[in-house]
Amino acid sequence: MIIQALTFYLFATIAVAAGFMVIASRNPVHSVLYLILAFFTSGGLFVLMGAEFLAMIMLIVYIGAVAVLFLFVVMMLDINSVDMKQGFLQYLPIGGVIGAILAIELLFIVSSWSFGGDTSLIAATARPVVSEVGNTQSIGLVLYTDYIYAFQAAGIILLVAMIGAIVLTHRSRPGVKKQNITNQVHRTPESAVELKKIPPGQGI
Amino acid sequence: MQSLAPAIVELIIVVGAMALLMVGVFSGKKAFKTVSWLSVGVLVVAMISTVSLPVERTYAFNGMFVIDGFAIFNKILILIGAAMAIMMSFDFLAKENLKRFEFAVLILLATAGMTMMVSASNLISLYMGIELQSLALYVLTAINRDSSRSTEAGLKYFVLGALSSGMLLYGSSLIYGFAGSLDFGEISQAVAVESVPFGMIFGLVFLLSGLAFKISAVPFHMWTPDVYEGAPTPVTAFLAGAPKVAAMALLIRVLFDVVPAMQDQWQQIIIFLSFASMAVGAVLALVQTNIKRLMAFSSIGHVGFALVGLSAGTESGVASVLIYLTIYLVMNIGAFALIMSMRRKEGMTENINDLAGLARTRPGMAAALAIFMFSLAGIPPMAGFIGKFFVFMMALEAGLTTLAIFGVLMSVIGAFYYLRIVKIMYFDEPVGEFDVGPSRGMKIISGGAAALIVLGFVWPAPLIAAANLAATSLFM
Repeated sequence: MIIQALTFYLFATIAVAAGFMVIASRNPVHSVLYLILAFFTSGGLFVLMGAEFLAMIMLIVYIGAVAVLFLFVVMMLDINSVDMKQGFLQYLPIGGVIGAILAIELLFIVSSWSFGGDTSLIAATARPVVSEVGNTQSIGLVLYTDYIYAFQAAGIILLVAMIGAIVLTHRSRPGVKKQNITNQVHRTPESAVELKKIPPGQGI
Repeated sequence: MQSLAPAIVELIIVVGAMALLMVGVFSGKKAFKTVSWLSVGVLVVAMISTVSLPVERTYAFNGMFVIDGFAIFNKILILIGAAMAIMMSFDFLAKENLKRFEFAVLILLATAGMTMMVSASNLISLYMGIELQSLALYVLTAINRDSSRSTEAGLKYFVLGALSSGMLLYGSSLIYGFAGSLDFGEISQAVAVESVPFGMIFGLVFLLSGLAFKISAVPFHMWTPDVYEGAPTPVTAFLAGAPKVAAMALLIRVLFDVVPAMQDQWQQIIIFLSFASMAVGAVLALVQTNIKRLMAFSSIGHVGFALVGLSAGTESGVASVLIYLTIYLVMNIGAFALIMSMRRKEGMTENINDLAGLARTRPGMAAALAIFMFSLAGIPPMAGFIGKFFVFMMALEAGLTTLAIFGVLMSVIGAFYYLRIVKIMYFDEPVGEFDVGPSRGMKIISGGAAALIVLGFVWPAPLIAAANLAATSLFM
């Protein structure tokens, strides 16, 4: 138990510190690297909670795909973080106010949740028995059966995203030479090779 | 074994869209015409397939999908709006050099999202429908990618839409946390208690904010004028019609299926949205010179009027909203068919002043536009009057006298700018002629819509009966 608590505090501290460094570091590439660290440690936290599937998703999707994509973009775009931080002080008051309001709201909600009168609502919350099935297995059991509708809908949404990306960016450029295998195969020696008789000592 | 039959409309549209994508890719130069007409065909087949759907409430997909009279009614409206939008787009896209077959496919996919929205009975299916619809609409808005206005509109719509999705999800997560379920029925049981948890109310507020963004109710309307103005006109015509119907239907379903027990709380929100939308829609429209911007503010105002009926919180109130939406959809289709016909030699024009003297140069077009303007203003003998009459009646029946009086006042202010267009057309000196009149298709669409508008006033009984039937099925 003590090891679990220690691990939790270790991961939690690193996650919060890394999260802070994402916005504090001067070099955008460092920011992305700190972001990866934050993702990784929160993946560790998920493992501690027994949510190994989410931890794997965190590693594969967030670190493997999203963060690496961020890294590419940051490196290619050559973002100057000094320019980006220019408006920081200007927007600090309004941002601070909104943040404070959100924090207060969250506080209200959490307090009413823990100390509210009627706890039967929360008690009724369905929760799978952890000891019987692992959560990867239980997700697999319902994803293609109970939730097939949502799964298919998500697939169509991704299709729309793909069509959108092609519609908005694809241009057909004229004059691009492409390999046409049929033409290549159908070429005969007669059309491709021309035999010339060269009289000796004269050249062409 | 679960049946897929309740989702027949969605299946037809989605499978059709995917098949048409293949047709479009492989049919070369003629792709645009072929795919556009075939997608109208797909929508018609989907419309016909609605007769197989049950009017009694039926669930499918493990309770994530619901079909009832209310859903069918709205699905038909959405399909009509989408089919009209595609048919109106032919000429415009050809003239503006935007002949891309993906246009019709994206409209099909957006339509699929909307039909999913009106059949949502679970917070996940609700969100999936909204996202499918919105994502396709973002792309459609920016489809004229060489125009900075279109891309700017697309980007604005995307960023603000993502923000609203965030609010909606935040609200959904709170509701899930406090109700312990994502299912509409189970949530409604969880809120039917003496004291509703504080977080539940918070979640509902956030959820309603997200939905208010989709129907562009004030104070979540900021995107509407810019997007309507920047988007290519056929896309604007689509945006102003079907998505509004879908989002309003979803709002009604959430209010009456999920949180009927919290009517005291949500009624205040809806009344506020209604007041604000009517006021902003009427007042800000007065100063517009661009007709698409004007239609944007007009749509904000109309959402406000529709919400008047909803704030009554009764079954007949819902019916009045459905009547209002139907009439609004028809008026919009007709008006936009004529707006797309405002073409000069040098290109499209969108200025209201370019309509000057239209009654002399093109009397038929002016007469049709005048009918739509009278109807939008809610002046008898047009169907627009019937719509307004019912929503205000329902508000009065529910004892919301102030709201009804305010609504009438705002429609008087609104009448000013609609009638100003009529005045410009009939009493101002012509400034120049539109080089080609409406094409044959546009004439048929706008003429048909105008006829329906007049007919809707003379003989509204079938519409009222259908709306009542739809509303009843929601309360069973």
